[in-house]
Amino acid sequence: MKKIILLLALVMFSTPAFAGKIEIKGSTTVLPLAQKTMEAYMALNKGTVITLSGGGTGNGFKALIDGTTTICNASRFIKDKEVKAAVEKNIVPVAHRVALDCIVPIVHKNNPVKNLTKVQLKEIYTGKITNWKELGGPDMKIVVIARDSSSGTFDAWKEMVMDEERVTPAALTQPSNGGLVTQIGSTKGAIGYIALGYVTKAVKIVSVDGVMGSDKTAKNGQYKISRPLFMFTNGWPEGETLDYINFVLSPKGQALVKAAGSITLN
Amino acid sequence: MTAFVSVTILGLIMIFLIKEGLPIFSHVSVKEFIFGKFWYPTDDPPAYGIFPLIVGTFSVTLLSTVISVPLGVMSAIYIAEIARERLAAIAKPMVELLASIPSVVVGFFGMVVVSPFLQDTFDIPSGLNLFNAALMLAFMAVPTICSVTEDALRSVPKSLREGSLALGATHLETIARITVPAAVSGISTAVILGMSRAVGETMVVLMVAGGAAMSPSSIFDPVRPMPASIAAEMGEAPFGAEHYNALFATGVVLFLFTLVFNVCAARIARRYKR
Repeated sequence: MKKIILLLALVMFSTPAFAGKIEIKGSTTVLPLAQKTMEAYMALNKGTVITLSGGGTGNGFKALIDGTTTICNASRFIKDKEVKAAVEKNIVPVAHRVALDCIVPIVHKNNPVKNLTKVQLKEIYTGKITNWKELGGPDMKIVVIARDSSSGTFDAWKEMVMDEERVTPAALTQPSNGGLVTQIGSTKGAIGYIALGYVTKAVKIVSVDGVMGSDKTAKNGQYKISRPLFMFTNGWPEGETLDYINFVLSPKGQALVKAAGSITLN
Repeated sequence: MTAFVSVTILGLIMIFLIKEGLPIFSHVSVKEFIFGKFWYPTDDPPAYGIFPLIVGTFSVTLLSTVISVPLGVMSAIYIAEIARERLAAIAKPMVELLASIPSVVVGFFGMVVVSPFLQDTFDIPSGLNLFNAALMLAFMAVPTICSVTEDALRSVPKSLREGSLALGATHLETIARITVPAAVSGISTAVILGMSRAVGETMVVLMVAGGAAMSPSSIFDPVRPMPASIAAEMGEAPFGAEHYNALFATGVVLFLFTLVFNVCAARIARRYKR
């Protein structure tokens, strides 16, 4: 009898620890793949509750350091400043590379321009180059289209292409990836950027510095506008959290990563 | 009772708007916020200048009024004064049906049909611009303007019309000199109602205005009206952050805009009601 009560007590007290609750917070770029893998993981492991929210990489790290999240999604590596803040609070950030992100410039199908340099891309987006003529194309005004400033792709573009310089205010903005593809498909002089997974046949990809953005060139590092995506934990993960991250890295998880528009690791 | 409830709700909304919007002014001054030329809310350091957004809203509203008022008022005159009863009975519900088209459908139409058409016809780089947005908004304001104007025309006493005709004026002269001037207060109300619809409309401008936060120099330039900016960014702005407050403050400005419109409408209606 005593044993049973003990067992019951054990079960009762330990329930929250076993049927874990994982909180994920951070980058909006990682959000789609986190959402897909988390839904699949919860379907496989009934009783596990995973909550997911965006807010951006910076806010994700803040939450990890404050101890309000289990996993921090990040579209960049942790900054020195953040490591210092974490150490002060006895938090040990551990990085797990979960996917690659590859952003490609896209133009209208009939645009003859095939290749642009990173510098040219930057000058288009800062408003220094305004005509396709200057890039070896026809005499046609460039319609610069950017994603809305709150999107993760916008951030990535800003970091990797713009060197943190401001996008020209004359740039049109699109709130969604789908809208961007439609708009570029129907605008002759348009240029935009998008994660490789969202590209459709309606638009044409332009190579950057002579390298075409693809799964392969992103993985072998030849293509410049790509970056690893991370999930950070406090210390080496345990229990459910470890299970979940292993699931993301498993073939099944990586298939979902691909479905979410990101590039798998291998 | 109903009036009391709606006034209370309106008051609560205002308090909420102001409460959420006010904290931004500890980061930027009111002057910088309203007259600042750059809207880069996610930059480091951010720039919260909504002047291009205000200009965007204003220009779109103005242009759509220029398009929709003649259309709306003239169709109302036709329906109320000129058309035979049978034709009017068909035309009126048709115009009113226009009002029931959801704005997202109008926006989609503008994006997929009107935008390529404008690009080809005017040979402009992008069809998503001020003109397209104004056209779509006019399309949505016409039914409002038409039906309010029509009511105003119908409420003009018959004796006035008959007097004019009896003095030898033609039918058209009667319309131009007697009926329309007599209904001018109602027509002004119609115009302002149409305008306030254009000021606050969100989905259409989000989809077809282009979304560039700059002051336009031609009617084929893209603009980013205030409602579009709020709608596009609110979802991602972290709760309680500066950006979030800035969007609410933009909402306050927008609210003041529509408030001014409505006060004007009430004033005009009163002035002509001698």
